[in-house]
Amino acid sequence: MTSALSITRSVNPPRAAFVDFPLGHTAGKAGDKPLQRKIMIDTLSALDSIQVPGDIRHLSYQWSEDDSWKDKVMRPSENTESAEASKQRLDDRLERTNEPQYQSPADRRAAMSAGCPGCVFLESSTA
Amino acid sequence: MSRPPVDYIERTRSQYQSLGYPPYQWVENELAPPFVPLSKPLHESRVGLIASGGIYRVGQFAFHFKDDVSYREIDSDTPMSDLRISHFAYDTADARRDPNVVFPLQTLRELAHVSRIRELANKAYTFMGGIYSSRKVRSLLAPALADRMVRDEVDVVVLVPV
Repeated sequence: MTSALSITRSVNPPRAAFVDFPLGHTAGKAGDKPLQRKIMIDTLSALDSIQVPGDIRHLSYQWSEDDSWKDKVMRPSENTESAEASKQRLDDRLERTNEPQYQSPADRRAAMSAGCPGCVFLESSTA
Repeated sequence: MSRPPVDYIERTRSQYQSLGYPPYQWVENELAPPFVPLSKPLHESRVGLIASGGIYRVGQFAFHFKDDVSYREIDSDTPMSDLRISHFAYDTADARRDPNVVFPLQTLRELAHVSRIRELANKAYTFMGGIYSSRKVRSLLAPALADRMVRDEVDVVVLVPV
């Protein structure tokens, strides 16, 4: 599955199903079970029926009527804000550290007491 | 009206340029991809699930944001309410509200229930896809996950990046 067509073309997997939604919704919209199910059925059908290596099946779902979300993705603007504000707006990714980033403090406590069952570390965390 | 897909390569290129970052190196595979026809119909197939949206289960460590190449095993009968998300490079609000949007575990369970697929493998696998070293993905993470797929004897795998 993919929502980033140009990247998937570059990576060139054996088969793909393309869903033209904002990143973070590859398998559908939150809370919309019927849509999630349709997307998965179409994805499985692509998996089953694609015969040409590298083929990308475009699924027909549209996020919103006007697709205006596409204007806002990673777009530099031409106004005169400060360099710092501009950087913040253009690059809203969070800081990259070696510390686990829990969704909530309770998750950290649960992980500390459970000891991370099912976690597989392939290199030391300081590498 | 439907509009052309966002070209994330082009937008990342101009974003990096305006921020003064060195150009991002995309993975480019120009050889024909390895293609294996399905060995059996989907309704007879065991399906594996691998997702890169930074999903973990309560009791597991969250992902860190600096080329974390670890992965998590998640039992495929895990309640969706026990799933959490940590990822630095996409808006996780909807995924936190309904993890199926990046980790369609329940969706696939339900398709197994109505025999669209034979079954979901006992374990699904997750990692945090914001790894800037494609070398580490190629040499460590991808082979480890491929090995798990072989051991779990899956017939097909659904890969869900964000």
